[in-house]
Order: sequence, then C-alpha cells, then structure tokens
Amino acid sequence: MKTKKSKIGLFVFFAILLATPYIIANYDVWSVDSNAAFDQQTALDRHGFYMEDVTEAWGVDFKHQAPKLDAKLEHIMPQVASVGASVSVVDFNNDGLQDFYVTNSAYETDNALYKNNGDNSFTDVADSMGVASLNNKEEGVSMSAVWGDYDNDGYEDLFVTKWGKVTLFHNDQGATFSRVELGDEFPEWINSNTAVWFDYDQDGLLDLFLGGYFHESIDLWNLETTEIMPESFEYAKNGGRKFLFHNLGNGQFEEVSNELGLVSNRWSYAASSTDLNGSGYPDLVIANDYGVDELFINNKGKEFVNAGERAGMGFAPKSGMNVSFGDVMNRGEQAIYVTNISEQGVLIQGNNLWVPRRGKDQNIHFQNLAGSLGIELGGWSYGAQFGDLNLDGYLDLYVANGFVSDEEGTDYWYDFSMVAGGNKSIIADANNWPAMKGRSLSGYQENKIWLNDGAGKFREVADAVGGSLNLDSRSVATADLNNDGRLEVLVATQKGPLKIYSTTTAEDKNWIAFNLKGTTSNKSAIGASVRLFWNNHQQVQSVQSASGFSSQNQHALHFGLGKAATVEKAVVEWPSGQVDTLKSPVINKTHLLTEAAVHE
Amino acid sequence: MNKVSSIAGMLKGVRYNPKYTPPLLITAILLAAHISFGILESYPKLLMAIGASFVTELLLHRLLVGSWRDLSSAYISGISVGILIRSPQLWPFALCAMISIASKYVLRYKDQHIWNPSNFGVVAMLLLAPQSVAVLSIQWGNNMWAMLIIWIIGSVSIYRLRRFHICATYVISFFVFAVFRSWFTGTPYLAEISPITGPMYQLFTFFMITDPKTTVKSKWGQIFVVVCVAFVEMIFRINEAVYAPFYALFIVGPIAMFIELWWNDRGQQEMVGEGPARTEPTMAIDNG
Repeated sequence: MKTKKSKIGLFVFFAILLATPYIIANYDVWSVDSNAAFDQQTALDRHGFYMEDVTEAWGVDFKHQAPKLDAKLEHIMPQVASVGASVSVVDFNNDGLQDFYVTNSAYETDNALYKNNGDNSFTDVADSMGVASLNNKEEGVSMSAVWGDYDNDGYEDLFVTKWGKVTLFHNDQGATFSRVELGDEFPEWINSNTAVWFDYDQDGLLDLFLGGYFHESIDLWNLETTEIMPESFEYAKNGGRKFLFHNLGNGQFEEVSNELGLVSNRWSYAASSTDLNGSGYPDLVIANDYGVDELFINNKGKEFVNAGERAGMGFAPKSGMNVSFGDVMNRGEQAIYVTNISEQGVLIQGNNLWVPRRGKDQNIHFQNLAGSLGIELGGWSYGAQFGDLNLDGYLDLYVANGFVSDEEGTDYWYDFSMVAGGNKSIIADANNWPAMKGRSLSGYQENKIWLNDGAGKFREVADAVGGSLNLDSRSVATADLNNDGRLEVLVATQKGPLKIYSTTTAEDKNWIAFNLKGTTSNKSAIGASVRLFWNNHQQVQSVQSASGFSSQNQHALHFGLGKAATVEKAVVEWPSGQVDTLKSPVINKTHLLTEAAVHE
Repeated sequence: MNKVSSIAGMLKGVRYNPKYTPPLLITAILLAAHISFGILESYPKLLMAIGASFVTELLLHRLLVGSWRDLSSAYISGISVGILIRSPQLWPFALCAMISIASKYVLRYKDQHIWNPSNFGVVAMLLLAPQSVAVLSIQWGNNMWAMLIIWIIGSVSIYRLRRFHICATYVISFFVFAVFRSWFTGTPYLAEISPITGPMYQLFTFFMITDPKTTVKSKWGQIFVVVCVAFVEMIFRINEAVYAPFYALFIVGPIAMFIELWWNDRGQQEMVGEGPARTEPTMAIDNG
C-alpha cells in the first residue's frame, strides 16, 4: 500500500460500492413524492385516473374455494391446491353488456355466471342457465373457462378446463346452455389450467388448444404414487401433454397435436394466441411453470414449429404463469408478457416482456425488455393484463401477485428452496417436501398497477390510485362493464373473493372501441386485429379468447386516445385475410364491425 | 514442415503455468453447463462481471501497489460472480464483482486478505441488495451426468492439489449435520440433503472453501475449520437461512484466518524469522 491518502481513497471507494444497492433501491422513493396517501383528485391530477372497489355495490358476492386433494398431499396442500380462481368476460346473451363467468374449485361448490343488468348490478344466473354445478367427485373441479363461438351460431359457447373431465357447453341463443357430449378424442381426465379457442387453419371454425399441468394420468384425489411433483424447478418435462382439437364442424373435433407438432410435456399454466409474425395465421405462446416459455409458430395451418429457442425466448427457464399481448410502445407490434416469480433475497426470476424484432433471417426474434421498462419485479406473479386504464393512449399493465397467504409473519420459502434445488429423485416426490404447517409462501403480496408513461417506462401506482389489493390473486380480466368507455378490472383471488374495480378517468380523455363479428372468418372474430392510427400514434390489438392466466377479457378491443379528438383510421385485418379500413371513426363509441360490411 | 518449425519456434519457451488450470477448469464447467442448460441467462451478464473484475483489479493494484497485475485471479472472481449471482438486471453483476475484488484490498490483516473475495461479494449483495439479487440455487437440468461430471472432475483436480480432504470433510459434515437437522426440525432427511445435489454446493465445495489464500495452512486446521463451517451452516439452516453456506463461510473463514495469522505472527516474533510463502497451487474460486 502506497500512502495514507491512497488508503483513505480506497476505503471511500469501498464504502461507495457497499452503499450503491441502497441508493439504487431508494432512488425511486427519493425522486418521487412519496406522500402516497390516496386521494381521488390527486390521483386524477397525477395519474389521470383512480379506482374504486365496486364489488359489493354492484351486487357481486363470490368467494372461491380451493380443492381438497388426496390426504397424501395434506402437508403441502396449500401449494398444490393453489389455483382454480378464474374469471372470463363474455356477452353471452348479445345484449351489448359484458357478463362474466367465475370458477370454483372445491367439490360441491358452484361456478357463477354474472349477468349484467345494465344498471351497475349483476345477477348470478349460472344455476338457471345450467353452468353452475361442475365440481364434484365424478368430474373433478373447475380451473378456468374460455368463451368462443365454435359452431358460428352467433352466441359464445363455454369451455371449462378442469382438474378432471373438461366440459363444453353450447350457448342456446343466450337463453340457456346445454352440455355437449365430447367424443373419445377428448381426454377422460386431465389436469389442465389453460385452453385457447383459435382458428389455427383459418377455415372459419374455431379450434381448441388444451394444455396440461400435472400429468393426465394423475388423479389428484386418489393418488397411486406421491411422485407427482415436477422433476426439476426449472427443467421439468413430466407435466401434462398438449391437445389440439381441430373443429370439423357439426360439433365434431379431431385431435391433431402430434400430427401438427404440438408436442410438449412441460407444465403449461397459461397460453394465448395471436399472429406474431404477420403470416396471417395465429401462433401460440405457452407459459410453462418449471421451464422455458414456448413459442409455436403456425406454418400456414399445416404444422406448429417450436421456435422459442430460435426466437430468443426459449432458453432461460423460469416459472411462467401468464401470457398476454400488448403493443406497449405503440409501434404496431404486440409484445408478450409472461409472469414469473420474484421473491426478495431468495429467487429473482423477473417477469418477461418479449418485444419483437425482425432478424436478418426475416424470422421473428424477441428481446426481454421487462427490466428496461420497469415491469420486471412483481412478486409471485400470476395473471396480467394490458389495458389503457387512464385513457392516455398507452397500454398500462395490471399484475396479480401472491401465492399462499396463510399465517402472517411465517415463511415457507426456506423449505421450498431447499427441495427446489435438489435432484429430481428428491423434488419429484411429494413425500420429500417439508410440511407447510400453516406457513405462508410469498403471501400478502400487493398486486401491481404499472402505468405506461409512453416514453419507455412504467411506474407502479396501485396505492396512489386506490387499487391496492394483497389477496392471493390469480386471474385478471379487463372489461367496460358499465359501458362508460373506461375499463373495469376484475380479479379472481384464490380462496378469496372476486373483486371488481371501476376506473374513473380525467374528463378530457377520449377512447374508442371495436366489437368485431366475423362472417367468412369465425363468428367470434378471434384472431382479427385492429390497427388504429391517431395523432401520430399507432397501436394494434387483436381479438383473443384466453388471455393472461385463466382469464378472458371483453371481446371488444378498447383503445385510449388521450386528448385526441379524432382518429385517422382503423385498419381491420380479419382471419380470412380480408383487410378493411374505417376512416375517421367516431370517438368515444364502441363500433360494431361485421366482416365484409365495413365501410371505407 | 517449415510452417511447423516456425510454429514450434514461436512456442519455444512458452510454458504452461499451472495457475491457469483453475480459470480454464471453471470456464469449461461454465460452458458445458450453459450450452446444456443455459444457466447464464445471457452472456452480457457474465461479461459484465468479468469486465468489472478486470477493471477493478487493474486500477486498484496499479493505484495501491504501483504495478499491473496478472488477471487470472480477477477472471475467476468475475466468472464465479457470473455463475453464482442470479438477477434479471445487469448492474448487480458489475457491483458484486467490484465489491469482491475491492474487498481484497480493503479487508486485510497482517497484509493479507482474510475473506474469500467471491464469498464476501455474494454475501454483501444478498444482504445489501436482496430486492435485486439471488444466488444460483436450482438445478442445472435434470440429468445426473452434469452433476456427476462436476463432482468427478472437481474431485480428481482437488485431489491432485492435495485439498480433497477439505471437500470430503465438508460433504461428510453436511450429511451428518443433516441427520441432526432432520431430527430437530422434523423435515424429511432427503429434503435436508437436497441442496447439496445442486450446482451451488458443487461450486461452493470445490471452488470456495478450498481457496488457499483464505484457508488455514495445516491439514488438521483445515479439517477443523471446514467442520466449523458446516456446523455454523447448520445453525443458519435451522434458522431458515436459504444461503446458509455462504453466510457460514463468511463468518468462520475470516475468524480462522485471523487466529492463524495472529498466532503465526506471534510465533514469528518469538523466532524472529519468516514463515514460508504461500506458493501452493490453487483451483479455488478466488485466489486473490
């Protein structure tokens, strides 16, 4: 060591290094006014909107109950029976009002179909419509639901994924539902949390993807073995298989997953579909727990090419639980948001925002920009949805968090991480997992509401806009339930209530929405997209069935416009290939657009 | 023939230095694991860690000692940080590498650093930046071969360097203390031994606790210290610390070094002589 001066300099340098994490962690707190006490006017002034919990006021009283599985799993029951709360929005009776379906997951509990009365009130009509009683010993329990008009009769039909026997209901013109007898091509039993209606071959008939979580040979109520857990925390391939049911019309399906290359035994938690590479055919993205995200590129309806690795999103394994699409930068391209697990000091996977770019080979590639945009660290994240909550013209993001909230102040993470790091002979056997004994695991986590500033950053504002929620949230959906042009947020919580948050925005903000109906294309227009041009902005959205985790948004595509008083044009691309342009559509209105009838 | 002669001529006088074995070995393990299972998540993070190590080592050594230093040690620090730290962000890799290297120059006793640099850097990040950092604690894939190859290569290499007794003692101690932990907590024994089947422990066992610069000299002393590490780790584990081995080494390692250096200094003062320099080869994760 040279001199005393050098030594002092060294110690100062070292102290700065050690202080750096503290400075980084608190920079946001220091740079932003931390007086976050919620006030409606302040929220409007600062963030352009505020939220209110209207669940009770709107007459919705639904509480999810978790399944009670085989006694051999009793010691880890909360973490195994940790899903099943779902919400899917639909206008089942074509009255122009958004209704929604909610699943329950314990034997002898009912699912609910909340009919929108049009006066800020809802009535559960599931029982009278025949879609309530699905959870029992013979058929297993509900995990999620997805709506799509598979027979093109103009009414959305209901498919319910189960840990058990999946169920398809035909919508009888909005008056009642009748159960469809499923053929032998459907599995006798499956442990599935995700299904997607999409027309993969563009024949005008909706096909159905069904993804397995636990292996389909496992009956979780009657275990023959306790070796049912993932064989690895990040490389597991002992999950459920995938099914792809090609719609033959007349209510008939054929199973074609092997034929089309949709083969995987990863633990699929969520899937969604849109045309990512502009081929005109819908591609499929699957978020897998205990593994990498999967991207299946649709080759003209003839095969699915597993392109995740090639596209740059299939190499780093995490705990995928959500797939939602959003044009977050108003570039006319949809990014993919996949949620994962982040727990301070234990496991920092970070959520993924896969932003597309064209490679030199003209194939689509993705880059994870979640960190750059500030939407990386959620928690133990499940469902997420994009939606312009403050109508400023940029898509915001709602993310559900929280795994198991049991006894407060307790933590199962140590035991969890001990086994999760082990060899497959240890991790795969439920007997080797330490008992939870009432301890929480990433419990009591706050959901995130990230506002898009339009300049490449998101800011978390849940507290500041009155949207705090720390229940174990699973499924999130957005819909304009009261037809005021603003999005409500619905959150299904595990072993907890369904929550509805209404939004109120600044009065000078405008919006526009498009409700698409196919004719040549499937009637639900799933796969159609609207590219909106206004005030030097461009944003694309597509009609989807499943979106997020065990959820489905409203059918109409909703765009915030900021203060813009006019829209230049809306370009509609239908699954059939037809492209229609709607010039200067009226703002602050939901436009009903029917294929082949759009006026230029 | 002429070409061969000229190449031979160029290589004449070039001799392989055993000190490059550890960097080469850890690079080989890293590449194998990454090509197989993508453990790195991204190359920029690894390069950031290595680059930050190089820059810090070069600058600090130049400023404080007055000369440029060989970078093999900084390379190992950087690459070990790149493997062990798990963060979706880039800056923790640079900061951890910088803290690791700087600790060698700051935290010294009797003119020798007493913390294993990577161990210090990792623990510092876990304590100071838990919102951004975790440590590699999951499997590199499902196959046994990756684990077996690392154990075999590591064991053979460490045996040749005459430090296998450290690893063996630690592994045996871990399994024995796991019996006690299982009895004490009621956790299945297989769950208690589960962590040692993961890559974090392979790196910890072969590359961190064997670091000659930060372990005591005598064989029995090394055995005693590593049992102490396993014991303190058991205490941390009973208190549900996920990264117990790093914390245990962080506490026990420097205490052992401090006692030995103090004891030797006292003896040297009595004998008015100098002890032998530490010249033994190393395959440790940090050899300062």
